[in-house]
Amino acid sequence: MFYREAGQFKSSYAEDQQIFPIRQDRIGITALLLVVFVAVPLLGDQYWLSAIFTPLLIFALAALGLNILTGYAGQLSLGTAAFMAVGAFMAYNFMLRLPWLGVIPSFILAGLCAAAVGVVFGLPSLRIKGFYLAVATLACQFFVLWAIQRWGWITNYSASGVITAQKMVILGFPFDTPALKYLLTLSIVTLLALLAKNLMRSETGRAFMAVRDMDVAAEVIGIRMMHTKLLAFAISSFYCGVAGAMYAFCYLGTVEPEAFTLDLSFRVLFMIIIGGTGSILGSFIGAAFITLLPIFLNVMFGGISHLLGVEIPHAVISNLELIIFGALIIFFLIVEPHGLARLWQIAKEKLRLWPFPH
Amino acid sequence: MKRTTLMLAVGTLAAAGFTGQAWAQVKEQFVPASFYWVGPYAPGGSGIAGGMLDYFKMLNTRDGGINGVKLTWEKCETEYNNARGVECYERLKKKGPTGATLIHPLSTGITYSLIEKGTTDKIPIVSVGYGRTDAADGRVFPYIFPIITTYWSQNTAKIKFMGQKMGGMDKLKGAKIVNLYHGSAYGKETIPVLDAQAKQYGFQVTHIEVSHPGNEQQAQWLQIRQIKPDWVILRGWGVMNPTALKAAQRAGYPREKIIGVWWSGAEEDVIPAGDAAKGYIAAGFNVSGSNYPVVQDIQKHVYAKGQGEMEDKSRVGSIYYNRGVVFGMITTEAVRKAQERYGKGQPMTGEQVRWGLENLNMDEAYLKNLGATGFMQPLKMSCADHEGGGQVKFQQWDGKQWKVISDWISSDQKLVRPMIEASAAQYAKEKGITPRDCSKEK
Repeated sequence: MFYREAGQFKSSYAEDQQIFPIRQDRIGITALLLVVFVAVPLLGDQYWLSAIFTPLLIFALAALGLNILTGYAGQLSLGTAAFMAVGAFMAYNFMLRLPWLGVIPSFILAGLCAAAVGVVFGLPSLRIKGFYLAVATLACQFFVLWAIQRWGWITNYSASGVITAQKMVILGFPFDTPALKYLLTLSIVTLLALLAKNLMRSETGRAFMAVRDMDVAAEVIGIRMMHTKLLAFAISSFYCGVAGAMYAFCYLGTVEPEAFTLDLSFRVLFMIIIGGTGSILGSFIGAAFITLLPIFLNVMFGGISHLLGVEIPHAVISNLELIIFGALIIFFLIVEPHGLARLWQIAKEKLRLWPFPH
Repeated sequence: MKRTTLMLAVGTLAAAGFTGQAWAQVKEQFVPASFYWVGPYAPGGSGIAGGMLDYFKMLNTRDGGINGVKLTWEKCETEYNNARGVECYERLKKKGPTGATLIHPLSTGITYSLIEKGTTDKIPIVSVGYGRTDAADGRVFPYIFPIITTYWSQNTAKIKFMGQKMGGMDKLKGAKIVNLYHGSAYGKETIPVLDAQAKQYGFQVTHIEVSHPGNEQQAQWLQIRQIKPDWVILRGWGVMNPTALKAAQRAGYPREKIIGVWWSGAEEDVIPAGDAAKGYIAAGFNVSGSNYPVVQDIQKHVYAKGQGEMEDKSRVGSIYYNRGVVFGMITTEAVRKAQERYGKGQPMTGEQVRWGLENLNMDEAYLKNLGATGFMQPLKMSCADHEGGGQVKFQQWDGKQWKVISDWISSDQKLVRPMIEASAAQYAKEKGITPRDCSKEK
């Protein structure tokens, strides 16, 4: 009744091509942006800002990066954590060695370094596909971590291999409180998400999807295979690299190479599988699901055992959390194999018909 | 994003629900219990958590807390993962009437991540026997406490022990030592100090890395067999330890010549290796056994009433469990010390507990009072020295239990302290920190 486009006429190409063609969507997204940019920093306390929202946004960006490569261009990759590591460690090095550069240019350059690594390890994608490509990207995962641990220059010869992120000062203004770090992260993520959304509606994005759906057909209609695949790797790695830089600078403050293990690559892959491959929204939903659910379960079990007044052995609770987490993943994959983003889409379609379904 | 908002609402509701009713009373001292009960390192995490919380329970029943202030805690699962550890810290730091007393991150990685946060929030980060070594310089790291012995200190104690065994430090000249380390920040931490000592004493050191988690070591032990070292230092963690011992047996290397760090020297590290572990020596800053008065009191006041943390009661008195009791004692005694200055019978803030930690002086008489003579080493902290001890005992696995085979061996502070100060000074320079002047601290 409320959510339908009846009466909204488009009289120009620009109107026809806007990201959110339905007015209600535009209102919704504006409200959401207002909430996250204004209400959340004002109302959220340190815990919510620095331990929930900031990591959530960073992982959403990493998932978005992988989604561009795997969801849109159809190239399976297990090197996400490695690209994030390149971003984190190179941002540290740019800030350390070229201090006049500033934070944002350092992040961009770190992202470009990650993109370069991505292109190199994307080369096998020209010859191999699917699971075989995933195995090839595994090499990237191991090589990058090996390099960071072995080449002292990357960690500025730190004995333990741990780097400490420098202070972030942009135009003389220090970003040192959780609220400011959150706002910085949010601005970068919003900007990059918008760019990704537009990219996917452009010729490049359509070429990605054509390659994903059937690469032979795509080649026949004149899409350059090498150019498209490597571009997908570059863009995806750039996003992951920026996410890695923010992971170090806006979130943890210190990182060690072990933070970027294969485990993290899998987590990001699960995010896009659960959230929805080939969907910008899905990256955010998937990141929220994977990062928040374990915390939520932990808090909930604490509350339950407190309410009931019985102490459940903590080892049981911890293991139960993992069991429930796994069960929920399987449940959602069975109920909606296209990811949670698809559920949202179905909900929107139903809403259009409500309250008079056919 | 809608789902996030929903989850957020539910989460807030759940969180508000039980924070509201739990902390209604005021005379409570809240300690976050962020440990790990699942994952590859769970034996260490659950044992230490059990020891610490059992000690708190015992104190609450036996003495009614610290001068009438009851200890409370909330558990949080970190999975030995930095991100989860930071989340736990943020979740728990404001609980209780005075916020978190101090926190034991129980992971070198999490400790690194909390250094700046703890300093800003004025909550001491206590890393007993792990963490960032140069944080022992309290002038640069006012809120970080790598208490008892840092990795560097214990490493010099190990070299000293080897020297004793060989019949004098001069016998080390020309000796060959292999440092077999876990490929992580924790494993790499001792490389610089070993290199410095190799120069000092004239022994040869070879660093061999085992990549995480360490269940594949054939190549490494082949290399060791070729080197034929006089000693092997085992810097392992978790599954890497029994694997190393088994591989050593297969390579025919005598286990009496393998010396482990204290994270390689628990029952959980040797029992899986079976026979191969017999004769293996490990360092320790606490000993195993349940015949100490403090552990007996825990049995009497906690386990006799069926309130113990450990499901497997045979683990009470094991290395990890007793280490948890040491964690507990340091926590409560720091609070007790702080109460002496800031008001007896009052809950203390993190800032006050920091003063308590810096002025903690647990000598032999003090330890006897706690029922812990010989259980841990005497501890004397100061503003500049956040380590406070630096002594290590060596124990040998006889196939059934750990037998202490040495007295407290002190570390070589003459070598370690300047290295700590130099490293801390570099950190201060990078971060723009002006070190505190300790003569002005009251």
